[in-house]
Amino acid sequence: MKKFLIYFILTVGAILMMGPFLWMVISSFKSQSEVLMMPPKWIPSTLNFKNYSEAWTSAPFARYFLNSIFVTIANTILSVITSALAGYAFAIFRFKGKDLLFLLFLGTMMIPMEVTLIPNYFILKNLGWLDTFFALIVPWSASVFGIFLMRQFFKSLPKELFESASIDGCTHWQILWKIVFPISKPVFISVGLFSMIGSWNAFLWPLIMTSSEAMRTIPVGLSTFTSEFGTRFHLMMAAATFTTVPIIIVYLFAQKYFVEGIATGGMK
Amino acid sequence: MKKKEEIMAYIFLLPAGVIILVFHIFPTFYSWYMSLFNWDIILNVKKFIGLKNYFYLFSDAEFWKSLFNTFYFAIGTIPTSIVISLIIAICLNSKIRGLSFYRTIYFLPVITSMNAVAMVWLYIYHPDVGILNYLLSIFNISPQKWLLDPVWAMPAVILMSIWKNLGYNIIIFLVGLQSIPKEYYEAAEIDGASGIKIFRYITLPLIMPVVFFIALVSLINSFHTFTQVYMLTKDGGPLKSTSVIVYYLYENAFVFQKMGYACAISVVVFIIIFSLTLIQHKLWGEKIHYGV
Repeated sequence: MKKFLIYFILTVGAILMMGPFLWMVISSFKSQSEVLMMPPKWIPSTLNFKNYSEAWTSAPFARYFLNSIFVTIANTILSVITSALAGYAFAIFRFKGKDLLFLLFLGTMMIPMEVTLIPNYFILKNLGWLDTFFALIVPWSASVFGIFLMRQFFKSLPKELFESASIDGCTHWQILWKIVFPISKPVFISVGLFSMIGSWNAFLWPLIMTSSEAMRTIPVGLSTFTSEFGTRFHLMMAAATFTTVPIIIVYLFAQKYFVEGIATGGMK
Repeated sequence: MKKKEEIMAYIFLLPAGVIILVFHIFPTFYSWYMSLFNWDIILNVKKFIGLKNYFYLFSDAEFWKSLFNTFYFAIGTIPTSIVISLIIAICLNSKIRGLSFYRTIYFLPVITSMNAVAMVWLYIYHPDVGILNYLLSIFNISPQKWLLDPVWAMPAVILMSIWKNLGYNIIIFLVGLQSIPKEYYEAAEIDGASGIKIFRYITLPLIMPVVFFIALVSLINSFHTFTQVYMLTKDGGPLKSTSVIVYYLYENAFVFQKMGYACAISVVVFIIIFSLTLIQHKLWGEKIHYGV
């Protein structure tokens, strides 16, 4: 009886959570008149695949995808590298002002992105970077949270590892990439994943820092698509589907890392 | 040897350090400085006016409205989301089959982009062809204009936001529940305690720190809320009923181009988020949350 109640709650909840996604996919196959029907048509009379091609070509989605993929990959790789380097420095090296500097870095985690938005707009403008990839990539190529995670992980590694490598004449670059990196994959994946999700979903930043159509990322592209095609729901749902499904597929394959990453990042 | 190590350390810190300094630390201070100016791009003025922007803020009804809306959003989302996600997490934690299947589904909205799912909710909430009004009509509930109605726009944004972030809270609760020692439950069962009693005297007290943690993190995130408001209700909603503080900041800076005034708003956002994050760090030390 109790078990039945639990399954009942979970299943009803799951249906409610899945509902909007199912409705999105179903509606994406309907014809223009079917999406406007009341009472709603539960199953489209024919599968209108042409909604997808029409939505795909009514805005430069191929370009949006390329932009998003490029920016995300660049941000992820760069922030993993800069975080690993800085995390290594804070974990292994002894140098003047280390504690103070670390505290300063941690302090920046309390800075909301919104407060830096307007000055950054003018900084990027003066650099001539507005509406370029530099504006989307460079400012987000370092992550204090990433540095913090890396430092914690490197500190937990046995000290002898570094000492014996030093004696063998390895430089710190070599220690980091040849010895530390292979045994620190989980933390590299966590840091990379956070950067990836943040970069892929970023909206306010690219909305402000880019202006031309050719520089739009997917979130910005979807927002302009919505203002242009707001009531043509068959196209809206097709666009929502083809931007969402790739992410869902990636998630299904890498969900272990997603969930663990959130769990460790949220609360240790 | 020591000297060389110091130089290496600074080289390793340089790439991250430069970016953080130039794009995060410097702009923060610069924003405070700019908030002391009457800086209007359209009128092409830039004049030092001291704290006047802050005095204007105090008497700006729209600013207070946006602050009120932000709290409305927080109060609308946080308690409901905590109750629902705790119930789901407890269900998921009770040795059921298909745990990973359910977990996958509940987590799905979290990983999808807010912009894409907002498009679906625009359709769901549509006054004439939306499925929500149809489903309500089955139960004889009269249709609403949802996002077009000043009364219902914010609840609609809240409902969508709860759906979007529920999975995150569920995962955090699950981690918390799994860390409760099994012996407590075994002992309670031997004593013949009922399910409700076990929840009241074991689960709830031990999960309370997690409840506070989620509440605080969600409160911080409320002050970051922008995307769903921008997507669902262009221009801050009917009668500005969904204009949250970040939206008001965006509007002043990049629509009205009143940069100095917008910086003053951003300083207010900074003070609120900074204080809340400070409380979070005080309570949980180095267990740090990554904001979205």
